[in-house]
Amino acid sequence: MATETTGTASACVGPDGSAIGMPQLCADWMPNQIFWLLIALIAIYFVLSRIALPRIATVLAERQGTITNDLAAAEDLKQKAVEAEEAYNKALADARAEAHEIIAKNKAEMQAELDKAIAKADAEIAAKAAESEKAIAEIRASAVQSVEAVAKDTAGSIVAAVGGQADDAAVAAAVDAQIKGGMT
Amino acid sequence: MATEANGHSEGGLVFHPMDQFIVKPLFGDGAVGMFTFTNVALWLLLAVACVIALMVLGTSKRATVPTRVQSIAELAYGFVYKMVEDVTGKDAVKYFPYIFTLFMFIAFSNFLALIPTSFSPTSHIAVTAILGFGVFIAVTALGFIKNGASFLGLFWVSSAPLALRPILAVIELISYFVRPVSHSIRLAGNIMAGHAVLKVFAGFAAITAVAPLSILGITAIYALEVLVAFIQAYVFTILTCVYLKDALHPSH
Repeated sequence: MATETTGTASACVGPDGSAIGMPQLCADWMPNQIFWLLIALIAIYFVLSRIALPRIATVLAERQGTITNDLAAAEDLKQKAVEAEEAYNKALADARAEAHEIIAKNKAEMQAELDKAIAKADAEIAAKAAESEKAIAEIRASAVQSVEAVAKDTAGSIVAAVGGQADDAAVAAAVDAQIKGGMT
Repeated sequence: MATEANGHSEGGLVFHPMDQFIVKPLFGDGAVGMFTFTNVALWLLLAVACVIALMVLGTSKRATVPTRVQSIAELAYGFVYKMVEDVTGKDAVKYFPYIFTLFMFIAFSNFLALIPTSFSPTSHIAVTAILGFGVFIAVTALGFIKNGASFLGLFWVSSAPLALRPILAVIELISYFVRPVSHSIRLAGNIMAGHAVLKVFAGFAAITAVAPLSILGITAIYALEVLVAFIQAYVFTILTCVYLKDALHPSH
């Protein structure tokens, strides 16, 4: 397209195709620049104000809403978690208390049974001891009787052997007195 | 055209840093009329296409968890929205689409201009002046509509001593009318200067001995230009917010 007549298209371009002075100040081109500038500005303005800006505004508002909702939900969940933890702790404490109670009760029961068993054993032991004592007393009494009888017999025999007429009653009384004195 | 220029001076240093700003028709070869489809038109429409790709196609899923492109779009939205809210005030949020349009247009024009062999519309005074004066006229009209004659209180500094007030009023008036000029020249000047410097460094690359240094310089300047592309869009937008605040609340 660059023929020899190119440079003469405008007063602002020299014959060799380079600019004469500042192209910015070339009045020939200004109407063209201004026309296309206005077209561009109006196009951008309408596209932005009709489509892009409302869309971005809604997106930003929606995002803000989503974030707020999510934060509220998170707060809610946190609250729930705290409540759950509290319930868990309470359950734990209850269980512990119950366990203590059961242990105490068992202990008391066992203690009672033990006491009862000990008391019973004590009673049995006491009974046995009493029985034994009775038996010993009986044995002792019978022993004493035997000793008395033997003593009376012996005393009678001794008296007879010595040559006296043994008075049974007098001998028995004398032996009794002797035994009583010896026993105490 | 470019080959023709090279043909004139073979091998030597060729500096045509301003050639990149020439407006030329893309179809046909005639004069540049008002409706001719030129390289300006192409790159402006590419900027529009990029804005649509980012802001409309990028957000088409309306995902609650954004994709990468969507999060960039949301980032841009939040960035400018917060700027309008912080600088101008809550009541200015209804002007947010206009300010966002300005920001997206300037940012994308600047960034697209950094593609090699592209055209930078924002380096042209004709473009930035329309933006700057557009903001100026809109803000001034809005000031008078919202506040009536009390909008003129912007120039009458009531906190200053009475004797100084007329002088301050003149200064304020001058600075007010210089606003659109500085507003538009700042943007065009920054972009134009950066691109011209890149071209000059590129011109030096023709000398073999200097070429590595030149390429290093181009890389450094290019990084700076990426920064400038964003900063100029930011500055233009925040100044618009400041001017808008003056129009809505002229008392302070």
